[in-house]
Amino acid sequence: MATGGNKLLLDLYRTMRRIRTFEERVNELFVRGETAGSMLHMSIGEEAISGVCETMEQGDSFTTHHRGHGIFIARGADPNRMMSEIAGKADGYCSGKGGSMHIADMGLGALGANAIVGGGIPHVVGAGMSYRNRGLKNVSVAFFGDGASQQGILYEAMNMAALWKLPVVFCCINNQYGMGTRIDRAAANTNLHERAIACGLNGVAVDGGDVEEVHEASERIMTAARNGRPGFITLTCYRFYGHARLDKSPYRDEAEEAEGRKRDALVNARARLIDRKTADAASLDALDEAAAEEMNAAVAHAIAALPPDQDSMFRDVYAEGELRPRPLREHLSMILGEAR
Amino acid sequence: MAAIETTYRDALRQALIDAMNEDPSVFIMGEEVGRYGGAYGVTKGLLEIFGENRVVDTPIAEPGIIGAAVGAAMTGSRPVAELMYVDFAGLTMDQVANQAAKSRYMFGGQIGVPMVLRTQGGTGRSGAAQHSQSLEAWFTHVPGLRVVMPATVNDAYHLLRMALKCPDPVIFIEHKGLYVRKGEMDVAKPDGAWGKSVIRREGSDVTIVTYSKMVHESLAAAETLAQEGVEAEVVDIRCLNPLDDESFLASVMKTGRAMVVTEAVLTSGFAAELSARISERCFDYLEEPVIRVAGEDIPIPVSPALERGSVPSAQLIAETGLWLVKRVAPSWAA
Repeated sequence: MATGGNKLLLDLYRTMRRIRTFEERVNELFVRGETAGSMLHMSIGEEAISGVCETMEQGDSFTTHHRGHGIFIARGADPNRMMSEIAGKADGYCSGKGGSMHIADMGLGALGANAIVGGGIPHVVGAGMSYRNRGLKNVSVAFFGDGASQQGILYEAMNMAALWKLPVVFCCINNQYGMGTRIDRAAANTNLHERAIACGLNGVAVDGGDVEEVHEASERIMTAARNGRPGFITLTCYRFYGHARLDKSPYRDEAEEAEGRKRDALVNARARLIDRKTADAASLDALDEAAAEEMNAAVAHAIAALPPDQDSMFRDVYAEGELRPRPLREHLSMILGEAR
Repeated sequence: MAAIETTYRDALRQALIDAMNEDPSVFIMGEEVGRYGGAYGVTKGLLEIFGENRVVDTPIAEPGIIGAAVGAAMTGSRPVAELMYVDFAGLTMDQVANQAAKSRYMFGGQIGVPMVLRTQGGTGRSGAAQHSQSLEAWFTHVPGLRVVMPATVNDAYHLLRMALKCPDPVIFIEHKGLYVRKGEMDVAKPDGAWGKSVIRREGSDVTIVTYSKMVHESLAAAETLAQEGVEAEVVDIRCLNPLDDESFLASVMKTGRAMVVTEAVLTSGFAAELSARISERCFDYLEEPVIRVAGEDIPIPVSPALERGSVPSAQLIAETGLWLVKRVAPSWAA
């Protein structure tokens, strides 16, 4: 049982349900033709990440990969603003400039989702340096997939974090697939946390089908990191669907998928709550219904939201008040207008 | 405080010291910046003053160094990440071009990356093909980055101080051939404002638009040209982004002739951008085509004679200027 007991498990169940429903609604938004493009990476099957997010504190920061919706929700992001961003609308988290792969919320310490595999990993090293230099007790967490585990930047970042004893946690969500390549076709040693241990980090592997186990291990790793012993968590799970919205996973068979989907932290948590009489089916159904209403509202919000105005494309390339890029039409007018 | 004579290297060092004293969020990280004192000695003695949390010796891991600096900049620090040679930029380009440059935009203005990437490039030390390049165009091609290349001792000080106040990532490219160059530094008096060009020499016959070490080659060429009765105006653009094109465009409108001089190789270099802007905006004022005098389209060779021959010299600039203005055939065409 997780250190927070059954009340905690109920909270984690709610978060995991909200994540799954959010992802299902993103899918609906796509089917309705309302998303900005099809580069939508669902985190269904990875909801146990909530157990890691639960052990983070106010003021902690994190970076995520392109499959980061669930992490944002678990850290308290607003589904309306997320859905608007996924739809490319003006009131989205990034004013319609980032989309599904680049959600960020500085208020939550979310240093941004990254669409370069491994791109956001080293940022937590710098964040850790900032906290150390300012005497803050915060931790910075890098979330990434097993695909990023094969990128060199991870090893540079892990070495620096260990060398400088920074308050940093690397969290590898091992969903078994880097796009269409299964982990055993990408790595000789698939025990990814062992690589972290070799770098001098506190490394563990946890079962992504058991959110309580994830939470308990994460609490240990996070506390150690907060005290200058950086860590690494491999959360073993299964990517229930394709790489992105249009991928039908022809590279794996149904038997494998059926087996993989048995590792379902949401279903397991529900069974456990009922088994322990923490909640009955009716009350969990009510909770599911509340999540559905919340995410339906997010879809409606995103569809009704306005697109960004054209001129906004020139904003935020540089800081407010700094010299802005010159729009092409202005450039053309200077050549063909004034002089000719 | 009055102006003092010092070197380009010491002016840079003084800028770092003053910035670090003024702003506790500034720290330095990079290979050999601490105990070693920097490959070219710019950070010598800083470890003793500021301690190892603010002068951080890193492993040899350029992507990690720049990536960590990005994260530090996102979380309230103002890191100066030193990339020992600009030639190593290839290792770091994801962190530079996709992370540092894009974060503010992708995240809708929520996250700034106020970092300075200090590096150095150019020829002059027989560093050969992987330690001598002029790669500024790699960075000017990426919206979101500021790119600065100081030529003078006073600019080394002031542009670095300004870079450390910039809210956006700045690629600060020094020239290895300038570190020991002496000149005046007046900490109270910058040569010009951030993002503004400086006219280093006035003239009425031809405008030379240039930056970094080629400013000095161009000024020497201008003296030679003056002996032949040709007055060249030398514009040091200093900042490639933000670029102050109005000043050199006004100069070309006055002189009617333009030469763009860079150490970087000719093809697809920043000289092409400068040349295009002049052609577009000064078309009706130009007496002659805009001329680019640039590095040969070859890797930099190690042999000193070959190395010198691969980049523009004062003599080459002067001969080209004389050809352009007075139709005097240069030595290689005579």
